[in-house]
Amino acid sequence: MSKQAQHWEKTRGLLFVTLAIWFVFSMGIFLFGAEMNEVTGPFGYPLTYWFTCQGSLAIFVILIFWFSNRQEKIDEEFGFSERGDD
Amino acid sequence: MIKGNFIDNLPKVYGIYTGGFIGFIIIMAIAEQMGMTAKAIGIAFVAFTVAIYAIIGYLSRTAQADAYYVAGRQVPTVFNGMATAADWMSGASFVAMAGGIYFKGYGYMALLVGWTGGYVLVASLLAPYLRKFGCYTVPDFIGTRYGGNLARFCAVVVLTVASFTYVTAQINATGTIASVALDIPFQYAVYVGLVSILLCSMLGGMRGVTWTQVAQYIVLIIAYLLPVFWISNKIGAGFFPHFMLADEVARIGELEQQFGFVANSKENLAMVPKGLAGITKAHSAVNATPWAFISLALAMMMGTASLPHVMMRYFTTPSVKAARKSVGWSVFFIFLLYSSAPMLATLSKLALIDPSLPTGIIGKSVSEVQAIDWYQNWNQANLMFISDFNGNGTVELNEFFMGGKAVVLATPEIAGLPYVISGLVAAGGMAAAMSTADGLILAIANAISHDVYYKIIDPKAETAKRLVVARVLLVVIGFAGATIAAMEIQGILGSVIWAFDFAMSGLFFPLVLGVWWSRANREGAIAGMVLGLLSGLGYLIWVRNGGSGFLGITQLTFGIFGSAVSLVAMVVVSLATSAPNAATQRMVDECRIPSGKSILGKQH
Repeated sequence: MSKQAQHWEKTRGLLFVTLAIWFVFSMGIFLFGAEMNEVTGPFGYPLTYWFTCQGSLAIFVILIFWFSNRQEKIDEEFGFSERGDD
Repeated sequence: MIKGNFIDNLPKVYGIYTGGFIGFIIIMAIAEQMGMTAKAIGIAFVAFTVAIYAIIGYLSRTAQADAYYVAGRQVPTVFNGMATAADWMSGASFVAMAGGIYFKGYGYMALLVGWTGGYVLVASLLAPYLRKFGCYTVPDFIGTRYGGNLARFCAVVVLTVASFTYVTAQINATGTIASVALDIPFQYAVYVGLVSILLCSMLGGMRGVTWTQVAQYIVLIIAYLLPVFWISNKIGAGFFPHFMLADEVARIGELEQQFGFVANSKENLAMVPKGLAGITKAHSAVNATPWAFISLALAMMMGTASLPHVMMRYFTTPSVKAARKSVGWSVFFIFLLYSSAPMLATLSKLALIDPSLPTGIIGKSVSEVQAIDWYQNWNQANLMFISDFNGNGTVELNEFFMGGKAVVLATPEIAGLPYVISGLVAAGGMAAAMSTADGLILAIANAISHDVYYKIIDPKAETAKRLVVARVLLVVIGFAGATIAAMEIQGILGSVIWAFDFAMSGLFFPLVLGVWWSRANREGAIAGMVLGLLSGLGYLIWVRNGGSGFLGITQLTFGIFGSAVSLVAMVVVSLATSAPNAATQRMVDECRIPSGKSILGKQH
């Protein structure tokens, strides 16, 4: 398999992991919104309420930074990262 | 002057700017103590901030195509994040979001999840690849990837439909704020707002818009957070509201139990002024079905990834790597405001309904409440209303009505904050609406000037002529938007949500599959855009005219139907026609790796 095909395969793998995490915190957990809200979440808020106010939002911020770092590692591994820096 | 070394000095320049703005707030606070009138403070806040944006817009003037279209591709990640956050957070986010949460609770909060979660799709599916492509506009990508003027033109049509739906609401919001702060009639204020918007973007294009948006973000985030923290401390709810309002949320739940949600009769509700609502839904309980919540969140997420004025912000970063990181910063800066909106809604609601707080009005006598200063002010502004339906002389929960905007606009006054805060909030709302309007008008004008005029009509046009055309279009589209805004067809938030649905119906799959499915071809993309947009629009018209809809898809989530049709059409038509040629295949392979030259040249 060519270097480029391997790079794309890894990139796609990372995409699936990222989208799986995204799915869980943007849609999956809200399937059980009513049940989860009975539980006390961080800082004492009802759990589902906390996810809609802060939890899911903060997870998305972290997820995107994590994804960027992983993708940079993949690019470097195959010598496809850009020269110079930003 | 904004020259090369300006980029290196950005933290310093905006640091001084932020300090200057805080200094201005303090001066205004002192002036208020010395007897400056509320009206004068409002005018000073709006005039001062708009003047600064105009100066930045003037300093960013340019005669180069890549500076005009993509800010010279040198905007650092963090600053692009701030600019995107300002571009993103509209007048609706600023003025109406806390109100939506206040009245609708959980069902509405799907928007918070959707409007941040969408950026995960932007970062992972699209932004870095479109940045590598090196396009100036979103239709530029569609036109080059799929080839042919028809595909390009279809993308321009979808972009225009979605962005124009959105921009009228933003111009409307600038008009509303200008009319209140400057005390002039709405039909003139709309044009004052428009002129302010054009001052930022006309001379410098994307470069001007970028640096004004950073400035506008700083104003709007200070204007949103300062009152939230101040109110929370003032009513003793907690020093850092985000982590400390659990007791207040629980207390609202108790009060809801105690008062109960009494349904009003039709005759009684007819007496309530239009646009005002009472508290009829639980604050922190789950009050929507899973599908209602998830479908709204999904529509907003896919819409986010399809809206061209957001996508084009990531064309301005120096590299592909920077484009990815910059998406992270964007959501971080958006998070700062979005996570504060529910806190403001909580504080506002508790302050109003808790009888044990001095500001609480439920349980007080009707005549007592009618004598309160702030009640009179906001009643006059048509944002607050009480009526003694059951005739017992006291205000009950179901007898108190408020406009959605009042949560942001009136809470500082209710909590007894000085007027300077209200002036600051007006400046923040103006900044939020202006920055989004600028991004949208520029997206439409650039698509028409670059993709229709330069790429289709006159490919030999000189840069100077192209930029004149771009600027004329900017003004024309701005005026068209302002004229429609003056007619006030839909409420602010209604048309904002439609824009997301239009964008996802026509553009989501043609964009995503353009990168992720090399077999996608021109015929498929055209079918996807045309059928997606038409079926979405058809569904909206059907539901608006009393159609029952299916699968629980409403007029707020019609994009789910539109994009599903778009996906099926695109896959079926692509497979039924021949595969794209080898040059296109190479282009797709190229855009998937960050290194090497961009596919379109620096100047094109």
